[in-house]
Formats: sequence, C-alpha cells, structure tokens
Amino acid sequence: MSFGNRLAVVALTALAAAAAAPSALAQNVKIGIVAFISGPAAAPFGVPAKNAADFVIDELNAGRGPAPYDKKGFGGATIETVVVDEAGSTTTQVTEFRNLVQRHNVDLVIGYISSGNCLAIAPVAEELKKFTNFFDCGTPRIFEDAAYKYVFRTSPTATMDSVGAALYVRDARPNIKSIAGLNQNYAWGQDSWGDFELAMKVLVPNLEVKTSQMPKLFAGQYNAEISALLGAKADVIHSSFWDGDLEALILQGGPRGLMKSSLTILTTGETAMHKLGAQIPDGTVLGARGPFGPFAPDNAYNKWFAAGFEKRFNAPANYASYQMAQAILGVKLAWEKAQAAMGGGTTAGGKRPTNEQVAAALENMTFEGPGGTVRMAIGKGHQAIMETAYGTTRLANGKLTLVNVKRYPAEKVNPPEGVKSADWIKNGFKQN
Amino acid sequence: MKIVNVTHGSFYAIGAYAAASMTAAWLAHGYPPMLSYAVLVVAAIVVAAPFAILIERVILRPLYSRDEVVILLVTYALFLILEDVVKLIWGVNPYFIAEPYALLGSFQVAGMAYPTYNLILVAVALFFGGGLAWLLHSTRAGKLLLAVIHDPEVSRAMGVNVGRYYLATFALGSLLAALAGAFTAPTVSVVPGLGVEVIVLSFAVVVIGGLGSLPGAAVGAVMVGLVRSLSVHYMPQVELFVIYFVMAVVLALRPRGLFSLAEPRKI
Repeated sequence: MSFGNRLAVVALTALAAAAAAPSALAQNVKIGIVAFISGPAAAPFGVPAKNAADFVIDELNAGRGPAPYDKKGFGGATIETVVVDEAGSTTTQVTEFRNLVQRHNVDLVIGYISSGNCLAIAPVAEELKKFTNFFDCGTPRIFEDAAYKYVFRTSPTATMDSVGAALYVRDARPNIKSIAGLNQNYAWGQDSWGDFELAMKVLVPNLEVKTSQMPKLFAGQYNAEISALLGAKADVIHSSFWDGDLEALILQGGPRGLMKSSLTILTTGETAMHKLGAQIPDGTVLGARGPFGPFAPDNAYNKWFAAGFEKRFNAPANYASYQMAQAILGVKLAWEKAQAAMGGGTTAGGKRPTNEQVAAALENMTFEGPGGTVRMAIGKGHQAIMETAYGTTRLANGKLTLVNVKRYPAEKVNPPEGVKSADWIKNGFKQN
Repeated sequence: MKIVNVTHGSFYAIGAYAAASMTAAWLAHGYPPMLSYAVLVVAAIVVAAPFAILIERVILRPLYSRDEVVILLVTYALFLILEDVVKLIWGVNPYFIAEPYALLGSFQVAGMAYPTYNLILVAVALFFGGGLAWLLHSTRAGKLLLAVIHDPEVSRAMGVNVGRYYLATFALGSLLAALAGAFTAPTVSVVPGLGVEVIVLSFAVVVIGGLGSLPGAAVGAVMVGLVRSLSVHYMPQVELFVIYFVMAVVLALRPRGLFSLAEPRKI
C-alpha cells in the first residue's frame, strides 16, 4: 500500500471513529455535581460529599450497587460528572449553574450545601427547566415559599434537626427550666436557634431563655461567650456550630467544663466526632442532621456504602457523604422508573427519559438508602422527610461512643404537607 | 516603619499552622507534653523567619521610597497570596493541638472555670509588650530605630545601617505575629482564613490606640477586649457592632487615635 493510500485509510478510520463517538457519548448520563471543594465548608462537607459522589457513581457504573441499585449507571447508561466548586458568591453560583446547563449540557444537577445558594438556584433551575436535586442545604423556605416542578431535595430540612434536638433534651432533662444558645450569626445559625427556641417553648411552658449568643461566623475565639454561658447556668445549651467553629467550641469549652455544667447539644456534632474523638467531653449530645453516620440503620445500603467509602478514602463517611449518596440513589431510581414507564426496559438500549419524566417519577417517591427510608412527602412531593436521631457521648476504652440514642419518627419531627415549619411548631407539632 | 502591614495576618496564620503541625508531631512521637510549649515557640520562629526575611528583602525594600498607601496595598496583596501558600503547604483540613491548652488545668473565678493557659497568655502579652517598650526606649538600638523611622536619610548620613534596621524591625514584628498565632493554636481549630479574622480586629485595636503607639496598642487591645466581653455578657445582640462603634467614637473625638504621637515637623 502506497503512503497516500495508507494516509487515506488512517484518515477514514479517524473520521469513522469521530462519527461513532457522539453516539457512544449519547449513552452517557452527564450529572453536574456541586459542592464546596475549597473554603471552610470544604473539609467537613464539600470534600466528603464529593468523595461520596465519586464512590457511588463508580460503584453504579460498575453495576456493584445493592438491589435495586444494581443496574449499571442510570438505566444502563454510564454516568459521567462535571464537578463545580460551590465556593464564591451566590451570583457566581448562579452563573456556574447556567454554565452547567447551557455549556456543559448536563442532564441533571445534584448539589448545593449552602442554603443561600439553594434559594438562589431553585428559580433558575425552574427557568432553565433543568432537573436539580439539592443534597444538603437545610432551609425549609425553599418549598415553603414556592412550588417547583424541576427542583427536589432528598435530604430533610433544618427544622427536623431543631425539633429533634428539642425533643431529645426534653426527654433527657424532663425538669428543664432554662436554655441558652451559641450559634453563628447568619441564616443557618439564626434559623436553627429560632426553631429550637420555639420548639422548646412549646414543649416546656414558662421556659426561661438565659442567653442567646450569636458570634460572627468563623470568629474562632469563644472564651467570652463560654464565660457568659457558664455564668448563665442554663439547663441546656444549644449550638448549631459547624467546622472550625464547632471544633474550637469543643476545644475551648471542654477544659472549662462547659459540657459538664449544662447539657450541651451540638446539632452537627457528628462531623467533629471523627476528628476530635476523645476530646469531646462525656455527656455531650451529638446530632448528624438525620439518621446518618453513627445513627445510620444496619441495612444493606449502609453496609455497602459505609464500608466501601471507608475503604476507599481511609476515613468514615460523615452525614454530608450520606446525603450525597442518597441524593444520587434517589435520582437513579426515579430515572429508571421513568425509563420503565416509557417502555423499553432499563437497559443500555432503553429510551432516555426527559427531565419532566424524571421529575414526575421522583415526586412523592419513597426509597431506601444508607440512611434508611426517604419519603418525598412534603413540598408537593419534592421535599424529603426522614426519621432523625440524637445520642450522648461516652468514652469507652479510649474510644468515643454514643449512648442513649433516641430515634424520632419522620412525622414527629417534620411538618405535614402544606404547613410551614414555624406554624407547625407554634401550633404544637400537630399532624393533619 | 510607617507601614500598615496587612501581612501580619498571614504571619499569625503561618505561626499557628507551624506550631500546630510540629507540636502534633512532637506529641504523636510520645515526647514530653510539657516541652510542647517550647515546640510551639520554636516552630513559629523557624517557619516564619524565612518568610519575613524574604518578603522584606525582595518585595518591600524596593518600595520604601513609594507612598505608604502603595506599601499597604502590596502587603494586602501578599496577604492574599500567603493565604493560598498556607493552603498549598498545610492543605485545607483543620489541625488541632489541644494538649498544651488542657495540660495546665483551670482555676475558679467567681464560681466559673477559667483555663490557666489563658492567664499565662496575659502574662506572655505583658512580657512581650514590656520587652518591646524597653527595647525601643531604653536601648541604643531602639533609639537608633526611632531615628531611622523619623528620618532614614539623615540616619543614613549619620552612619546608621538603615537597611539592617528595616530588616530587623520587619522580621521582629512578623515573628511576634507568628508567635501570637502559635500561642493561639492550642485554643482553636487551625483552619484556612485564620489570619483574616485577626487582622481586622488588630486594625481596630491599633486605630483606636493610635498608629505607631505601643501604649496605644495596649490600651486599644484592652478596650476592645473589655467592650466585647461586656457586650457578650449583657447585650450579645450588639457584640459585632460594638467594637466598631467604639472605634468610630474614638476617631470622631481623636482622629489620630487615643495615643497619637506628636508629628515632628521637618524643616
């Protein structure tokens, strides 16, 4: 074969491969994953969540998930991801979301830790008609103040954390007369304290609020606040601190006996368990924003996820990891349910459901994940409810354990459909 | 030196990271915990000193003849760069070394536990403040430094090695910031952004006290600490605002701060 002929063959082969490539890629499902990869929220939430996405997606692509997640990828199609860092302003995140949809042409988006970002992204997702599942942000306002067709959240709201915390401390200290708070001075801290204070006042009439400290986010030094809390001598101290602030509170408050003088409940304390371990004083109440991590049920999904995650990343999965895992699993089920409804089965050759069909499939769906049962029961079927749990720390043989673990059913810690969280708490947690 | 040095925030963070990582390694090897205090100090000095010398020699020295605002902006740029350098070296995960904080126990004040470590920090601050005042006003080197700050050209004409004084002063200031970070490290979670908080608060302190005044910085620090603590105890809702309110009142009454130095007039 002459050089010219060989060149022609090579060129034709390359053209054929190029022509074949789009059809191969069309089999893939492209997901935009958004989480904090840099900044203060990266280490406790963003990176563990991204690691969970990597683990779960690799497992699903290999067809290694437990049934009913054992089909390859999404309905037989390989999952590929575009990862976006959530750090930066809300405006930046809106721009990044538009980039994901309009430039990267993602099929759907799973992400967002910051409540501010979720509130800003929801209307944009609706405008662009792009299926979006929030995996971690806590504000209940997303589905209480608006209704969406394309937006979902497969994790419970922050209301559940605060109501669960109130029920736990009331159960642990039936004669409670006073509370105090130490929360960060922004939406998360204020909302968490607001719901907790309201819930406590409903549960314990004539309750005295000794002090509510709201230091700046990432202030780092809390000695003055700890002195104020020690001086207040409240029966219970509530804190929704997270990351460095949470760790600083434990490091500064522990040696001063803060957790001994008052029953201290840390609603996101589970993230510090893995880092501080025995430095968390005995008798501190920890939460994990749901039945995640040490509170996760002993089911097949948790065994698969927790063991696989720890083996791969040499660290236990925290609650942000669990929330990301169940977000992906929920969407996978919805995708395959929509695919099955179209006919053609859930194989690689099956039809691709539209965003509208996936949304319709996820609405009001109930599915099982590593954290247990997830019910898309409120927010017109777009907002998940789950049970929650809290436990008290106890050092046993040098290892931190959780004792007196109490679980609260989903209906007990979440408002019913159509009722706003604040109204539900004020009216004495009544279910319809 | 008439430099508003924003890079001090970075040196604070570098000191904290160096102290936290090296002390953690010291304790992990099972060495005596009581010596961890020495490790804190040595780690901060050893790691921060090369940064200080490099920055003064390479970046700031060519700029001394420029306007003070230019130097302020350059130190701010350096602060942002060093924030990322810290992440490159130590990563984004937090460091903890609670042992030095808990080792000394606590004592009771009005029925409230107070850590002995914090009391020792007050003594350390007094020691360094007093030492600086002595160095500046009671030694030949300190008096020469005051002359250099007042008029570098005349000082040079009188045979003073001005460059060496600039380097020594910048290095000393930076090392003190690093030591502050090192002493704080056992009480906090050492995370990215540590320097940002401290530099904003420090700026409020020196503005209240008067730029360039040692007694002013001391009084400013006590005022900020007391006002914030009183607010936390009696009116927590204004805690964030009260420091800057005090700063605004001081500046309205004494625009150059409480202990502003008389400005010598050059003829």
